[in-house]
Amino acid sequence: MKALTINNISKSYNKKTALKNISFEVDKGEIFGIIGPDGAGKTTLFRILTTLLLPETGKVNIGDLDLVKDYKKIRKIFGYMPGRFSLYHDLTVEENLEFFASVFSTTVEENYDLVKDIYSHIEPFKKRKAGALSGGMKQKLALSCALIHKPQILFLDEPTTGVDPVSRKEFWQMLKNLQKQGLTIIVSTPYMDEAILCDRIGLINNGEFLDIDKPENLIKKFPKKLYAVEGDNMPKLLKELRGNENVYTCYSFGDSCHITLNDETIENNYKEITPTIEDYFILLLK
Amino acid sequence: MEDVIVVKNLTKRFGDFIAVDDVSFEVKKGEIFGFLGANGAGKTTVIRMLCGLSKPTAGNAVVAGYNVKHQSEKIKANIGYMSQKFSLYEDLKVWENIKLFAGIYGMKKKEIFKQTDILLKELGFEDEKETLVKELPLGFKQKLAFSVAIFHNPKVVFLDEPTGGVDPVVRRQFWELIYKTAEKGITVFVTTHYMDEAEYCDRISIMVDGRIEALDTPKALKEKFKSNSIEDIFYQLARNAVRTDD
Repeated sequence: MKALTINNISKSYNKKTALKNISFEVDKGEIFGIIGPDGAGKTTLFRILTTLLLPETGKVNIGDLDLVKDYKKIRKIFGYMPGRFSLYHDLTVEENLEFFASVFSTTVEENYDLVKDIYSHIEPFKKRKAGALSGGMKQKLALSCALIHKPQILFLDEPTTGVDPVSRKEFWQMLKNLQKQGLTIIVSTPYMDEAILCDRIGLINNGEFLDIDKPENLIKKFPKKLYAVEGDNMPKLLKELRGNENVYTCYSFGDSCHITLNDETIENNYKEITPTIEDYFILLLK
Repeated sequence: MEDVIVVKNLTKRFGDFIAVDDVSFEVKKGEIFGFLGANGAGKTTVIRMLCGLSKPTAGNAVVAGYNVKHQSEKIKANIGYMSQKFSLYEDLKVWENIKLFAGIYGMKKKEIFKQTDILLKELGFEDEKETLVKELPLGFKQKLAFSVAIFHNPKVVFLDEPTGGVDPVVRRQFWELIYKTAEKGITVFVTTHYMDEAEYCDRISIMVDGRIEALDTPKALKEKFKSNSIEDIFYQLARNAVRTDD
């Protein structure tokens, strides 16, 4: 049985389509990434999956439970970390965690093992009010609170947005550890470089999935040869390459430009490279 | 080339906490300066001081020719600012936003209307003049917000994570606006969490625990740290940070 089955869900707000015929499945113990820019529909999808919003069409199953009919049971088995920090600012770290445990009729002690790795980072500050925590610590507390009732499936809406690269790396390590304990994780992010850390990803834009697959398979779907051209001055390099008739696409990627050619048979001395998820996403947006 | 930002031994303390610890650097006219650092390193505190919103505890800085200690109003009139969190008024139309901000900066009405048409044409937004900002896609909004921030032709523009959350194509279009702005001679002071964007800056600094631990061109930094990516250098420097405050 799949951990999550989504069949054709759609949602619109005042005639504006937020989600269009979304379908995908997630296996038990999988990390599934939803990758796309702001406004693509990621948060709407999470609100539906967490029973906070009804889809207009379609059907969702979490395990063998129906999202609409069995919403009460479903609420007991998922953990949710919304994009905005939603804990109680006026409660201490410890009080927040105890509160979330008590809402689910459990105790911190009972499930301490599950949150230990994450919570131990902030335990020295357990008497501090949540509102006074740093961004990184808030993120760890929110994740602890989402885990304290021992959910089977975890929904994380942009947990790393605005977080620096070092803290992002740490956060993903925590997710990998949770996966080892059997949790199914659905996580969204606007950072393309995090795609590669997921088992499978869905690329979303304008309310639609553009493609769903393993990251390594998506990269293989890139239809042309991709080359990297290096240069010290990016604006100059872009201008030069765009002036070249044989250059089909040309996008900056850090210290080089990634290009595709109209005619790959013409001899060239560009360095061929393996595309990234970002290259593929740009291609799909075109 | 003339220095548009000169920072000397800039320090800010909040009680016992040293948020910014003896920071010194210069930024030239028309330079794209990437201001990187981990969450809590003190970036925002530095930017607030450079924009004349907060006074240094010690040291000093001159921005656009004015002293942050006692000419903060002059500074505000000669800089532009844009952040991901706050940019434009959602319930105003595109042209109303431009008029509002340009008016605040003291531009004449006639000049505003003339420049508005030129700007919208440049951005390819002619058809959106009467559109409410909240109806615009995020990428549009961010490009418009940036253009509004430099509409009054400031000497320097501060961009605080301007590309957070926008799609990869728009992110690159945004950087092309940055290049154009720098070519016009406006200094661009930008923060980002995308390490590939650090490569597009003329020089970058990396801040850790209130101090600037590295400052140079991306190429020189890579040579110095014997690394082929800025992300790796950032990681080397920032993973030892003891602070994580925002």
